Parts: sequence; C-alpha cells; structure tokens
Amino acid sequence: MTNKFSFGLLLGVALLAGCVSERVVLLPSSDGQPSGVIVRDQGGEVVLAQPYAATVRRSGVVSSYQSSAEEVKERFGDALAALPPRASSYTVYFMLGSSDTLAPESLAEFEKVKADLTARSGGEIRVIGHTDRVGSVPMNDAFSIKRAAAVRELLINAGIRPEVIEIAGRGERELLVPTEDEVAEAKNRRVEISVR
Amino acid sequence: MNKVYRTMLVTVLSITFSGLVLANDPAGAIKSSKGLVNIERAGEKIPAAAGSPVFVSDKVRSGADGAFGITLKDNTLLSAGPNSLIVVSKFAYDTTTNVGAMSIGVRKGTLAVATGKIAKATPESVDFHTPTSVLGVRGTEFVVEVGEGSDE
Repeated sequence: MTNKFSFGLLLGVALLAGCVSERVVLLPSSDGQPSGVIVRDQGGEVVLAQPYAATVRRSGVVSSYQSSAEEVKERFGDALAALPPRASSYTVYFMLGSSDTLAPESLAEFEKVKADLTARSGGEIRVIGHTDRVGSVPMNDAFSIKRAAAVRELLINAGIRPEVIEIAGRGERELLVPTEDEVAEAKNRRVEISVR
Repeated sequence: MNKVYRTMLVTVLSITFSGLVLANDPAGAIKSSKGLVNIERAGEKIPAAAGSPVFVSDKVRSGADGAFGITLKDNTLLSAGPNSLIVVSKFAYDTTTNVGAMSIGVRKGTLAVATGKIAKATPESVDFHTPTSVLGVRGTEFVVEVGEGSDE
C-alpha cells in the first residue's frame, strides 16, 4: 500500500519534473547528533549526510553540491527567522506516596514554566506523566495520565489558562533511570511539563 | 488465543486507551505569522495568527511579504518564507507511545524544518514532498526551496 502510494506519487510528480527548480540543504543539527535527508525522485535517490550537503534540480536534472551558511542565509533567511523556538521541558516530582502533593522544590519549576509560556507567542503546554516499572504496562499508563491530570490542575491553580494545557501519559516507556521490571525508582515517578 | 488474534486485540486496546491525536484534532498551531498569511481549509481562507490551530489537509500560504512558523503536536518545527504554500497532508501522533506518521508538502516557496518526536521514534513514517521529490529524514534540520512550483 505504501509502495503503491509512493510509486503513484513519483509517477505523478515525474510529469511536473521538467519545469520546477528545487533545492534541499541539510543544516548542522543543533544537538550534534548525526542526521540526514534522503532526496528521492523518479531518477533515484541522493543521501545528504554532512552539514550543508545539498541537491539542486534544474530542467529535470538533479546535481549535488556543497552549500554554505551564507547561501542558506541568503535563500532561507526569512523562513529560518520564522522558525518557532524549540519545546523546553521541566520536571516535577510528587512527595513520597502522594499523587497530588508536589515535592517543595518542584514548585519553583512552576514559575519557570509560567515565564517560558508567557515568552512564547501561541504558547502551549503538554503535561506528560511517567511511572517506574512497578506494576503492569496498562496500569502504569493509567497511573501516569492520572499524575499528569493532577499536575494540570496545579498549573491551572497557579494561573495558567486550562485551554492551553493538554495531558499525556507515557507509563513506564521513558525511564529516566533504566531498571529491570518491577523495580521501584523514585526518579522515574515524575511528571514532565513540556512547553512549546 | 492465537498469536495473530492476540496481536490484533492488543492493537485495538492500545488504540482505544492511548492518547491518539485523531483526524479531527489539530495537528499543530501557528506560532508566528508576519505579513499576509492565510490558512486554506475546505475552500475557506482563514487569516493565520499566533495560536491558530492547523489541521490535516490545511494549506498555509504566505504572500510576498509573508512568513510563518508552525509547531506540530510532536514538537516538529516548520517555517516558511514569502510566497510559500505548505500542505499538512498527513499527521497522526500517539502521545503515549510516540508512534505516528506525518507527511508535509512544499508546493512552492521556502520551508525550514526541525523534526520532532515522530521522526525520532519512527523516521520511516515521516516524509516531506515537493512537486518532484519525496524527502525521507533521520532526525534532522533542513531547508527546501521550490521555485516555479504549484499554486494549488
């Protein structure tokens, strides 16, 4: 199904190929991790794997070249200037054995969240609950979303508009401290507040 | 219970109980808008402002002095310069598992991309398409320019 779709798409775009000029440039990754883009058309594919590696298409012919920060600034400066700020993440913990009272140091994070949200245009929040590996996966999914809902209430009480806060629960899928199953680990029982 | 049936049941249950972003939920939101920027949805033109939701099948178009930025639900960042036309062809995202799929079209103009959580979890389910090409990504920041592209 995916192959058929891709084939149809490529066949369709092949008809347009003669008259379009296109350019793709891989940028340096901000986290320093290796990254890449694969550019496919009906003629084959080109892999861009180094910063500023680029392809350009003119009159249906694709060629590879090395672009530069200067060219990117000149051609893409307006687009890049409009790129929204990256999401940032804040983590809070509950008091031992509690599912609605935050540890005192976590309350300081609320002030950071509020300041961050205010600084963004059209800012939104996702509150993401996490558990440790004690209990089953479905139990922890339910428990993590309950934790997230509790933090959402606290954020609303702190003056943040309810309509910008959504909740999610990742259960035991994203451990801060990797453990074997059924191991209690306080650092994994946390709630992440992601502001975007 | 045979294996296939069990797999199906698990799939159905996980879809039922997980935080799936459904077709009628927004795929993301406009975060910045400069100059003339419209969202085209079901034949209507809606002025795009910071905070405007963006849905699957929406086209976002900037004028000669326009530029806009969008953050999708999986933290993918998109932005476009003047005279651009960007289409959100496909977007699905499960906030419990981080599994999802997305396809974004650049019909004309310039697009800058910083990929998000879907590309990190399942890069094979993310693509960007131009009038002639399909781009696959591996956790990436890149830019695309389409000159003399399509106006539709």
